[in-house]
Amino acid sequence: MDKRAVFRSWWLPTAFALPQLALIVLFFYWPAVAVVRWAFTLEPPFGGSAEFVGLANFREVFADPLYWNSVLVSLTFALAGTLSTIFIGLVLALAVDRQLPGSGAVRFLYILPYAIAGPAAGLAFRFILSPERGLMASVNSVFPDFWNPARYGSHALILVIVVFAWKWAGYTFIFLLAGLQSVPTSLTEAAAMDGSGPIRRAIDIQIPLLAPTLFFLSVVMMTEGFVGADTYGIVARTTDGGPNHGTDVMVYRIVEEAFRGLNYSGASAQSIVLIGLIMIFTFIQFRFIERRVHYK
Amino acid sequence: MIQRTPYADAFTYGLMALGFLLLIGPFAVIVAAASQTMQQVNAVPFNFLPQNQLIANMTAAWTRADLGTAMLNSFVMASLVTIGKVALSALTAFSIVFFRTPLKHVFFWIVFITLMLPLEVRVVPTYAVAADLFEPIRLAIAWATGITVSVEWNLLNSYAGLTLPLVATATGTFLYRQFFLTLPDELAEAARMDGSGPARFFIDMLLPLSRTNMLALTTIMFVYGWNQYLWPLLMITDPAYKTTMMSLSSLVPHENALPDWNVTLAGALIIMLPPLLVVAVLQRWFVRGLVSSEK
Amino acid sequence: MADITIRAVRKSYGKTATLHGIDLAFASGEFVVILGPSGCGKSTLLRMIAGLEDITGGEIEINGRVVNKLEPRERGCAMVFQNYALYPHMTVADNIGYALKVAGVPKAERRPRIAETARIVGLGDYLARKPAALSGGQRQRVAMARAIIREPGVFLFDEPLSNLDATLRVTMRAEIRKLHQRLSATSVFVTHDQVEAMTLADKLVVMNKGHVEQVGQPLDIYHRPASTFVASFIGAPPMNLIDCSIDAADAVARHEHLAIPVPPAIAAALGGRQVTLGIRPEECRVLPAGQGQPARVDFVEELGSGRIVHVAFGSRIFAAAIPPDIRLAPGDLIGLALPPAQLHVFHRETGKRLDVTHSAGRLGLGPENDRVNEQETGLRATEAV
Repeated sequence: MDKRAVFRSWWLPTAFALPQLALIVLFFYWPAVAVVRWAFTLEPPFGGSAEFVGLANFREVFADPLYWNSVLVSLTFALAGTLSTIFIGLVLALAVDRQLPGSGAVRFLYILPYAIAGPAAGLAFRFILSPERGLMASVNSVFPDFWNPARYGSHALILVIVVFAWKWAGYTFIFLLAGLQSVPTSLTEAAAMDGSGPIRRAIDIQIPLLAPTLFFLSVVMMTEGFVGADTYGIVARTTDGGPNHGTDVMVYRIVEEAFRGLNYSGASAQSIVLIGLIMIFTFIQFRFIERRVHYK
Repeated sequence: MIQRTPYADAFTYGLMALGFLLLIGPFAVIVAAASQTMQQVNAVPFNFLPQNQLIANMTAAWTRADLGTAMLNSFVMASLVTIGKVALSALTAFSIVFFRTPLKHVFFWIVFITLMLPLEVRVVPTYAVAADLFEPIRLAIAWATGITVSVEWNLLNSYAGLTLPLVATATGTFLYRQFFLTLPDELAEAARMDGSGPARFFIDMLLPLSRTNMLALTTIMFVYGWNQYLWPLLMITDPAYKTTMMSLSSLVPHENALPDWNVTLAGALIIMLPPLLVVAVLQRWFVRGLVSSEK
Repeated sequence: MADITIRAVRKSYGKTATLHGIDLAFASGEFVVILGPSGCGKSTLLRMIAGLEDITGGEIEINGRVVNKLEPRERGCAMVFQNYALYPHMTVADNIGYALKVAGVPKAERRPRIAETARIVGLGDYLARKPAALSGGQRQRVAMARAIIREPGVFLFDEPLSNLDATLRVTMRAEIRKLHQRLSATSVFVTHDQVEAMTLADKLVVMNKGHVEQVGQPLDIYHRPASTFVASFIGAPPMNLIDCSIDAADAVARHEHLAIPVPPAIAAALGGRQVTLGIRPEECRVLPAGQGQPARVDFVEELGSGRIVHVAFGSRIFAAAIPPDIRLAPGDLIGLALPPAQLHVFHRETGKRLDVTHSAGRLGLGPENDRVNEQETGLRATEAV
């Protein structure tokens, strides 16, 4: 889908695009190349020349059971986060789309959590769902240790997933509502003429027509769960990857490895694996919903 | 459509109320806790009613975490990211959409690929670049002349370091591009017939027409900039440059210190407020920007 | 005031050619209408004159100057677009004056010129409005004012009336014509609407599939279409066409059981040939059954001022205009008379018009036989001039 009316010049567009391209090359491509370089070399963090070590970094990473633990944690986190955000977003979007009195107000409110930074939300939930105070303390006083994210890795993982779901449910809600509103009313009206009620209509007509949006959102949320900016922030500020590596998601591990463990090569090797994963997601997205990016 | 569906309506309201509890409930808890005394906030069961300590707790948090500096820095950072994005992406999108040159496809792909790798997965080398910005030039000089120059230039502890890498992504460019593609071809043609060149067309037509688009991008980018966590954490060691997200850590009660969560949450509330206000006030633009930047 | 010469102009996008060598010449001050179905290349040709489209081959000359390499602003053309392409964020005054602003005309000088131009198109009271607050017709006027203010040598119109409703279209048509007389710039008007073409044109260019089919005055083209394409494209309902073979002995054209009398000169010249005969619906006469050629009424269209009857005629459906006093019902058998002098003859394969001239009788086809002076008997296909 090329514009027909185009100006003819090569230097002008180049000059216009140059500032951003320069930034992108400097802060994107140059580092991206460095990741690859480091992944295959072993470089002392402070000075000294890098030595090519082939796949040794990868072998070391893959040999570490804690790495596989982080893969499993990330996978659980991303899957549970994706499913819960989409489920909540979908239910709320279907409800709001019925446009009963008052839905405008709740629509406004549902989006608000999205404005909150992951780490800030994480901090707040550390209190809200703390075992000693906040909402869960009453439950714990009846059933001791029923809920203790500071002690049990599984509880901590649930906690970070809750924070993730709280923040992102409003986001999926926006997209699903936009998707629902683009379903022609004539379709739902036709179904109503055929005698189907609101819930039937949701299941038979609206949700099938939302399939592209649902698919798009699941890819976006999976990517977000694996590498999103908030994923790192949530984990760092809520549980610090613990307890006992119970919430040690892949991004968190990479940053820890690099900046606390000063193991740039190991971190880069892990980054490469993660990049591979994202590329698979992006490829899937392209393959199945090319309409998302019309670049021709 | 007239249809009487009392049960479905009641069910719908039930769902909406449940959604309200889940998504807005936490805010209520935060506000209630932030307005209580330390004894009240640690009480079991939790008292959902707000008390009168909000201002006192906020003041305490403000001084404890030096929020004055942090808020200013976060504001500068978010604004710079926003301005940089709004301006540079417009230029890039213009050159990708309105010119007939093979270069535009090259530009498009250079920009497009950045969508694939968020900062978090390349954070280590990006940090290395920011810590040693001169490296590419040094390497180039060494390669071309054989001379090793030992000039060092880093972006650590600077606003440039905080913002520039965040501007180097594609989101804004695609938002503009989507919008430019919806403009009729004839608009540029009419301007050409009227004697306007590309630069003039950009200034006289595209910029004024992009106003709503810019507003949408501004809201998104401000929230994005304000909420940055990992990147400032790496770039900033000087307390004079620390941002709000970094001061969260000084708000958390320490293991053996007093559990004054009321102050912690009052501080968190202050930090949450600016992006919350932006989204609440400019919600229309925010939603529009969000939905169209992802398509 | 400017004349335009188009020489062997071609256009291709990659390997697909859309214009195959166009040669045209427009005199200064002429109102030229380019008519053709969508996709015939008429808009492309206009845009090439404007400078919005590259010229693949050939030359375009405006006022004796080859403009192939010139920017649109250097060609002295102004253009009115189909969707008006008004600048949505500017007021009517700013829209009209934008070209002057770009050209660096000082504001004090711009203002009276904008006011004067707006007055010409009747927009004097709307200068402060934004395009969104205008009706379709008013937007159209702004688009025209924007073109007029530059005092161009050439006006280019790209289907400017097609977004208006029927009534407004008639009004605007008249206004464009009046404006042309007043400004006397050369106008090139592209349309697919034959009524617009007939009413506006000094010179009509009919295009099809990237070729020029015929050039001439509207009435000439109506009465002497150069091909079956032109014949069926101009006129509503279109010319009836029927494939026949000429029987020289009986001086008739045969189609199945039909034997349509043709002028003796045609029969003599084209004996034994396969041709396509054409006749305009208004020239067909309906007779009682048993007279003329047998036909069966298919359906009748009521127009108010008259009727069009569609009849099964051989293997074809023919349209014939009938006066309101003749009552016909579907299924009625009637006779159809096709006056030999009103018949048009076309080559069966190429669709080109066949003009027959006879040295002795100087017989020809069509009311205006400006080509009968050829001193030989024979046939030839008239080429589009």
